[in-house]
Amino acid sequence: MSYRRRRSSTRIRSFTFTGGRTRSRHPLMVQTLVSTADPGHDPPENLMPESQDIYLLCRETRSVAEVSAELKIPLGVTQVLLSDLAELGLVYIHPTITGNSPSENQVLERALRGLERLFQ
Amino acid sequence: MVSNDFSSDAQTKMSTKIVVAGGFGAGKTTLVGAVSEIPPVTTEAVMTEASLPHDDTSVTPTKVTTTVAMDFGRITVDQQLVMYMFGTPGQSRFWFMWDDLIRGAVGAVVVVDCRRLADSFDAVDYFETNRRIPYIVALNRFDGRLEYTSEQVREALEVGATVPIIDFDARDRTSGGTVLKTLLRYSLQAGAEAEPVG
Repeated sequence: MSYRRRRSSTRIRSFTFTGGRTRSRHPLMVQTLVSTADPGHDPPENLMPESQDIYLLCRETRSVAEVSAELKIPLGVTQVLLSDLAELGLVYIHPTITGNSPSENQVLERALRGLERLFQ
Repeated sequence: MVSNDFSSDAQTKMSTKIVVAGGFGAGKTTLVGAVSEIPPVTTEAVMTEASLPHDDTSVTPTKVTTTVAMDFGRITVDQQLVMYMFGTPGQSRFWFMWDDLIRGAVGAVVVVDCRRLADSFDAVDYFETNRRIPYIVALNRFDGRLEYTSEQVREALEVGATVPIIDFDARDRTSGGTVLKTLLRYSLQAGAEAEPVG
């Protein structure tokens, strides 16, 4: 994966374009995977440039932390922008496994088997 | 009837998170780098922190904006499942954001440099006090031998009796992988004990 993509710094305006909100409405943790709901389409033109970048980047599934790192947008702002995109139905938020339910434990067992395969 | 959301859609991927904690320079980023399929990536969080007043005369705490960098790595476990490893910011003044980072984690590894045991005390204390997620202690042996046995470390750092303590080499991929497997086994075991059967 390439992290070479660069933008001019958006840090100063960050909290301006989230309309002052710092909490996202959707359960977006740093490890939560996100992907563009309809990757075949161009982003709607009325989206802010940062949101358009996120839309384009998420044509390939990646985590919130990766979106933040690749676009050089602070985590909190990334979460809010992603939350808005999800609200609009433009971005899909994948399940995050925390191991707090029996069905999730099955996934963790799968993770363990995967690690055993990868680190013999 | 519980539907299984996790396997119904081939397009659906899911992710999980492990937190790597420990004192500054204990080997957190080295461990993340050794097991990750990508070079460790740094992301930044801008935190607004209510600084504690140093005297009682100030009624409202002043707010301080801090940029905190976090390193993370990734392991694609299989076609559907990705595991992320997040290193906690080492400096103790960033501890206010640990709660956010730890939320939703499957478990945590506290990396301990045996030459500087005291540096790890705060991290162990955090997980012992909160008891929110399972954690294990990983003694980074660097080049040499360990100066203490795991039981001496358990006593010195006041690690709970059931918490696994293992030694490893943070630079070694297989050794780091063993740490992750140990944590996952312990998390599964801890989860099974916490939940009533049925």
